[in-house]
Formats: sequence, structure tokens, C-alpha cells
Amino acid sequence: MTGGGELAIIILSLKVAATAMVVTLPFAFFVAYALARWRFRGRGLLQAVTTLPLVLPPVVTGYALLVLFGANGPLGWLFRETIGLEFAFRWTGAALAASVMAFPLLVRPIRLSLEAIDPGLEEAAETLGASRLRILATVTLPLALPGVLAGVILGFAKALGEFGATITFVSNIPGQTRTLSLAIYSFLQSPTGDAAALRLIGFSVFLAIVAIIGSEWIATRLSRNGKSRNG
Amino acid sequence: MAEIDVDVAVQAGEFTLEAAFEAGPGICAIFGQSGAGKSTLLRSVAGLVAPQRGRIEIGEEVILDTDEGICVPARERRVGYVFQDDRLFPHMSVQRNIAYGARGAAQPEASEAEQVVAMLGIADLLDRYPATLSGGERKRVAIARALLSQPRILLMDEPLASLDHARRERIMPYLERIRSETRIPILYVSHEIDEIARLADTLVILSQGRVVASGRTPALFARTDLGAWLGQNGGGVLLRGIFRHFDPEYRMIEVDLDGYTLHLIGPDDERDLPEPGTNLRLRVHARDVAIALSPHGDLSVRNQMPLVIEYIEKVDNAYSIIHGLIGLQPLRSRITRKTVDDLGLHAGMTVYALIKSAAFDRRLVREQHGSRKIHAWRSGSQDD
Repeated sequence: MTGGGELAIIILSLKVAATAMVVTLPFAFFVAYALARWRFRGRGLLQAVTTLPLVLPPVVTGYALLVLFGANGPLGWLFRETIGLEFAFRWTGAALAASVMAFPLLVRPIRLSLEAIDPGLEEAAETLGASRLRILATVTLPLALPGVLAGVILGFAKALGEFGATITFVSNIPGQTRTLSLAIYSFLQSPTGDAAALRLIGFSVFLAIVAIIGSEWIATRLSRNGKSRNG
Repeated sequence: MAEIDVDVAVQAGEFTLEAAFEAGPGICAIFGQSGAGKSTLLRSVAGLVAPQRGRIEIGEEVILDTDEGICVPARERRVGYVFQDDRLFPHMSVQRNIAYGARGAAQPEASEAEQVVAMLGIADLLDRYPATLSGGERKRVAIARALLSQPRILLMDEPLASLDHARRERIMPYLERIRSETRIPILYVSHEIDEIARLADTLVILSQGRVVASGRTPALFARTDLGAWLGQNGGGVLLRGIFRHFDPEYRMIEVDLDGYTLHLIGPDDERDLPEPGTNLRLRVHARDVAIALSPHGDLSVRNQMPLVIEYIEKVDNAYSIIHGLIGLQPLRSRITRKTVDDLGLHAGMTVYALIKSAAFDRRLVREQHGSRKIHAWRSGSQDD
């Protein structure tokens, strides 16, 4: 029951959450940008689909992933055959589940911060000869940074603690898919696991506090950068 | 030769803009009430609005021709756009802001950047962030950023509108400097007749999306049918004179006006004095011109010039406007009808126009036309 030890569980959880963030962020930014800036057919649908994982029971999301990305699922088959990536009962599956669950939490703050940017600034950059890519890199992205960071911190916390979709999709396999929440749950089920569960709970609380302090620090740094700074 | 040749039709919802005009070098003011289409016109020159039909030429280069299917994208038009709301990048220092457009092919010489920074007086601001700047400072930084992107044309959208009177007075000389020290044509949107009288070489009057009149500013100010736009009585006229001499003891200057000598108050800062021989533009309000039948040596009014009355216009029961000529230049005087009758004024009569020195605008405005180039920093040391 205690396979891998607590340190291995923590490292696995961090790996899963970090991978989830790296993979999701570009998609989330693109979707947030599309929702904030473009008026297109199906915009309402995209918005609904984006919010779906937030309101669906996580077990349902996990089941949907199982059907689509499982060993016999169409997308699961596609990934296996094309790039040799397998999700079923692997840590990659846990990362995928975490990505999907964290997605709405990333999109929302990014979209809000994009909507707060004065489109006039992008126009000004255009008249100054900047290409679309340069405008994105030098104006849009830096100004949306507070939203991006807020989204990443929220999403990372969600990915670390994700339970329902993960256990439904890739089960609870020590060393592969047994992340923090799943491990705590397992230890609590076992008559001898209370001490280990407590240690992991302690670590979760510690991580949460670090995340909050970190996000506060980033927020104050960013707002100071934008406002008063005399030469 | 026209520097700017514009003919566009823009349809935006209910609003239609159809404007055609051309302008020479210097400042071309687009004048009109809000909603007249001034900003839309500027945005279509910049390429931020796509006209349904049109042709725009800036200094030999066609940047839009819907018949030929030419539409240069905004980022390749090389317009220096000074927005009404500045639009400085809040996350960049002043230094990075003004360097934003100055890269690649548009990289100016380091000395040129220094000159622009010095001309606009922003050297001390380079490390600051936009949020810490005052309105006037922000405006100067926005102008520097536009200038340093090596523009073919400067587009200024009410650059002084958001500033109070004192700041306006401080920015105006910078605009005059740009006009005299660079060769970049400027489209200048404004609804302030005072700014236009002072700055504009050519003027386009826009009303409800259409051009009411366009041409050289003094010529338009001399016209009597544009009163509804240029101000009925107070509008006054623009005179052209040649700067002769500065007397530092009394801070007075002498200006030659078609052979007559005018005495005016000199500028606050002697550095703003033009070289002798420079053409100056002087604005005189009709209400500031008094009429006498003969010259008087015992009056405090220094400027007394013969005026030939062309005709007398009745404004209302109380006032008349005397339209006359000093030499070949039109001048107007607003006096009471009672005075007209008491003095027996009539068309064809020669009288004396009395103008107090203080009635002239304190700032000296150089006429672009026929004036010597002070120095052309854009093309290095050309005609020293």
C-alpha cells in the first residue's frame, strides 16, 4: 500500500501538474484570445465547452476521457499510432486529466486580463511598424501577464489536487497515477496509513501557502512595474 | 507640389465620410466639430480604417488606391500617429517607448534620436514609466515616439485637446519646432480655431463628413463666407509680415507689413526669435482694431496704418465690421455702428487702423511658405 514512499508521490504529483500546465497554457491562451478578441460563429459554443469541466461532475469528465483517450478510444488510438503516446493507466493520462480539469481555470483570468488591454495600444504598435507576432510578444503578452500568472497558479493548484477525473480515467496505480489526492485517499483507507496521510496533508497545506504567497508577490511586483518607478 | 493627396469615401454605420483635399509641406489642419469625421479621416490615412473607395498619396508614394487594388497595410505605411489619448505602452520605460518604432529599416542615427529627445525636452524622462508622467510630458513622449519611427507623415489627433491652457502653451512651441525643423508633412486634427490660426499652413474644414473648404490658411481666414466655421466676428484675420529687428531693452520687435512697420511684444524666450527676414504670421482679431480718421502722435497705440475701406458690413444693430486692406492684405475691424455714422465711414475711404501691440498673439509663427529652412535634421547638414 505504501509503494514508492511519500517523496516519490510528491515528485510524481509535481511532474503531472507541471506537465499539465506546460501543455495547456498555449491552448488556454489561444482560446482566451479568441474569446476576448474575435467575434465568430460558434463563439458561444466554444465558451460553453471551455467551462464544461468546471460544472460537470469530475467523474463524468474522467469517463469522457476514458471513452475518447482510453486504450480503445479513437483519440487514444490516434496518439498511440502517430506519436506513440499512450494515456491509459500512465502518468501521462493523469497529466491529461489534470490539464482538462485545469483548463477553465486558466482561460478565465487570461481572458479577463486580455479584455482589459486597450486595443488602442495594439493599434499604436501597428502604426509603429510592428508585425502581429511582435505586437503579441511585446504588447499583448506582457500586459496579459498578471492574468497568465494567476491562471497558472490556480491551474497548477487544481492539477495537484485533481481526484475524480484522474481516478476514473487512469485509476489509482502507485508510481504511475497515484498523485497527491489519490495517495492521501489510499492511505486513509488503510489501517496503518494515518501517519503517512498526515504528512502528505501537511505538505499540501505547505504548497498551498507557498502558492498564495508566490502569487501575491508576483502581483505586487507587476503592479509596481506598471506604476511608480522613478529613475 | 502636393505632399499629401487624399480622396477617400468611408462608410461606417450611419456615418459617411467623403473627403478630397491636397496639402503642401508643413502643417495641414483638419478642422471641424466633433463628429465631423476628422478622426475617421486620420485613421484611414493610417490604414486603421479601410475606405470603401479612395486614393491616398503621400510624397509621390501611393499607399491606397482601391481602383488599382493597392492597400499598403498600416504597419508598412510609416505614419507617425500621435493619438489623442497618447497610447504609450504602460509596461515600458520612456526610453523603450520611443525606441519601439525605431528599428530595422527605420533605425534612426543615434544623433537624430538625441536631437528629437532634445527638441522635445524629454531627456530627463527616459528612465521613467508612463504612469508617472504628467499630461504634457506624456504628449511629448508620444510625439517623440512617432517622430523616431521615421515617418513619411505625422498624424496628430487633437494633440492639445486633453491639456489645460498652461500646458497647451508649453507644447505649442514644440509643434512649431517640428514644423520648422523637419520636413515631415503633418495632418493635424483640431477643433480649436486658435491652434489652427497659429499652426496651420493649409486648412481643411470638415463638416458632417464633407469638405466645406480647403486651401491656404490665411486665404481661408480672409474669406467672409466661412464665418460659421471660423468664428463670426472674433475670428479676425491673418497678416503676413517680415521680421526685422528685436529691441532687447523693451522686448519689442519690429515687423515689416507691406512697407509699414508694426511694433509687437517679443517672445518670452529669446531663443524663439526668428532670424531677421523670416516671414511671420500675425493674427489680429477684428475687435482689437480701432479706426481713426488721421494718425495720432499722442496715443498709446503704437501701430497706426492706413486702411482702405472696401465695404462695411452690418452685424447687428450695435456692431459693424469694416472690411479693408492694408497694402494688399485684408484686415477687419469691429466697431459700433454709431462710430461708423459719427465718423462718416464709407467704402473707398482711407482711414487709420489702430492696433495695440499687446493685441497680437505673443508667439511668433513662422510662415512655412518662402521661409528659410532653419536646419533640416532629417537629411543631415544640407543647407547650413
